[in-house]
Amino acid sequence: MTQLAEASAPAPGLLARLLARREVSLVLILLVVLLGTAAINPRFLGAGSVRDLLLNVTIIALVVVGQTIVLLMKHVDLSVSSTVGLTAFLSGALFIAHPGLPIPLALLFGVVLGAALGAVNGLLVAYGRVPALVATLGTLYVFRGITYAVVHGGQINAANLPPAFLSFATGSVLGVPNLVLLVLVVMILFGIYLGSYRGGREYYAVGSNAEAATLAGINVTRRTLTGFVISGAIAGLAGVLYLARYGTVDASAGTGLELQVIAAAVVGGVSINGGVGTLFGAGIGALLLGVMGSALVTLRAPSFYQQAIQGALLLLAISIDIVVSRRTARRLGQRRTP
Amino acid sequence: MKPAPPAPSSLVARLRGLLGWEATIILLVFVALLAGALLSPDFLTASNLSFLTANFSEVALMALSMTLLVIVAEIDLSVASILGLCSSLLGVLWAAHVPMPLAIALTFVAGGLAGLLNGLLVTRLGLPSLAVTIGTLALYRGLAYALLGDRAIADFPAAYTNLGFGMVPGTQIPIPIALFLVLAILTTVLLHATAFGRGLYAIGANEVAARFAGLRVERVKLTLFVLSGLMAALAGVVYTFRFSSARADNATGFELGVIAAVLLGGVSIFGGRGSVVGAVAAVFLIGIINGALTIVDVSNEVLTIVTGLLLIGSVLVPNLLGRLRVARERRQPRGDAVS
Repeated sequence: MTQLAEASAPAPGLLARLLARREVSLVLILLVVLLGTAAINPRFLGAGSVRDLLLNVTIIALVVVGQTIVLLMKHVDLSVSSTVGLTAFLSGALFIAHPGLPIPLALLFGVVLGAALGAVNGLLVAYGRVPALVATLGTLYVFRGITYAVVHGGQINAANLPPAFLSFATGSVLGVPNLVLLVLVVMILFGIYLGSYRGGREYYAVGSNAEAATLAGINVTRRTLTGFVISGAIAGLAGVLYLARYGTVDASAGTGLELQVIAAAVVGGVSINGGVGTLFGAGIGALLLGVMGSALVTLRAPSFYQQAIQGALLLLAISIDIVVSRRTARRLGQRRTP
Repeated sequence: MKPAPPAPSSLVARLRGLLGWEATIILLVFVALLAGALLSPDFLTASNLSFLTANFSEVALMALSMTLLVIVAEIDLSVASILGLCSSLLGVLWAAHVPMPLAIALTFVAGGLAGLLNGLLVTRLGLPSLAVTIGTLALYRGLAYALLGDRAIADFPAAYTNLGFGMVPGTQIPIPIALFLVLAILTTVLLHATAFGRGLYAIGANEVAARFAGLRVERVKLTLFVLSGLMAALAGVVYTFRFSSARADNATGFELGVIAAVLLGGVSIFGGRGSVVGAVAAVFLIGIINGALTIVDVSNEVLTIVTGLLLIGSVLVPNLLGRLRVARERRQPRGDAVS
């Protein structure tokens, strides 16, 4: 929708066009927070703390990729947190059973397991016609219940994991942590896919107007299934990275992650009404929430206030967004009517 | 459309349509009770049933207002956080020697204000309630922590904690559940027997049409969000007295249980459809299955899985049955269906 409107409207100035883009204002806010915090406490931008910050954001930023695809179709995937928990534990168990397991194989295991869990959601939503909120709330319980049954009170510790896997988690290439690189690669690949490929554009079409998409020859049912499978597969990959990042995993791993992920996507301009948003924006949204969190720590905000401040910031972000986009829409409307 | 069948069967069909899902859930409640009785002789005792029902008082209370919100196609994910905030506030006020009746009154004011903020963001700014209440879920829980940190306040006067885990005199009905039953009846009357209630279905079914019909959609929605905050405050007071403990993390994650119960009860997530009876029956169903599985030492994980499957099944099974019927009718075309 947005893209069409931009293309057909007479071109305004470059600056105005840039400012109208959600991602630009997000980057500006991000810079203000980064520089403002660094001005008060220069250690905020030290190499160590930036590295910690990026590592903290990676899991959320990765899961946001799949969630964005689902949100674009006007659906939602609440089960991602349970998928992360289950794959984190099972990939850990796999490592304990086969300490010599090559890391790419472990990542593949997470992706395949996650895709299978995502397929359950996809089948329920696409073929069972169960609303996504209901289906994925249900599987949130079911997958988490399975995790509890499998874990059975136990947990996986870093001491049980093969050294190769742990050094992969702490390793880096040219100063950029491996995990961050991996997430960046996934984001860029899917960003290109969503932006420039027919299959990717179809997600926007489905979310903007499913009936029109059907008339345009898009197989909405299959597209929906694929979207949930991708979301599950990415959450599965995130589960393995969760294990790599934290080393310790119990049955409650990843609980509550779904709300943070949706929050990041919404702050990043992905509309929960479907059809609008980019992966770049969603990634920036995840980064912004992470930066704000660690800025609060750096600025010594009492830890008990941090959750409240983050909630308030999220509300502020979506409120500003709706006011700005409404004003933009009104301005476009005025220009069209002579 | 098919020609209307004769009146009596149409009435039966309409009744079945009206009571279909609710009747199924109520039947399942009895099946669960029977199964519990077969599993353990201690299950169908008054004291066990009383203990078991008391356990879901808070979810039950919040499910009432959530039913109304979902019928107008909105949602409130922040209820459990409001519960935590109100519980913390009650504790802090009591610890500061505020007289208990005043402390409870202020707690309700806080719950109402929390609901009002949700409602204003949804109705004034036109924000989606799912996004708003994800934000306030964090905000209100954070405020609870800001109030109380990781402290717990426990020394509530016995006169009040008795209200939390006591029984209605002469019966085995827990006081919170008695309170819930009264409120459930009031909500039923409000939803099914007043113009306000019928308006909720109209708004949920087609908001634009409802607005053209003269319904003040914004005001109705605002009222429902405030009501949701007040019910969460009530649940917060009940929770605090029942466990005799005010903590910032009280009832964390309860919102999903409330929504699961409402959806399992047949309230459509797209609005316009559902009943209080269905939601209440679903609350009891989940609670009784929970209790039955606990008494035979089936672990919590199985209950979690069962809740999820029930939730999915509640929508999937009717959908599949409907499709099956359509497919069968297509295979055996009736004379009048050929045109």
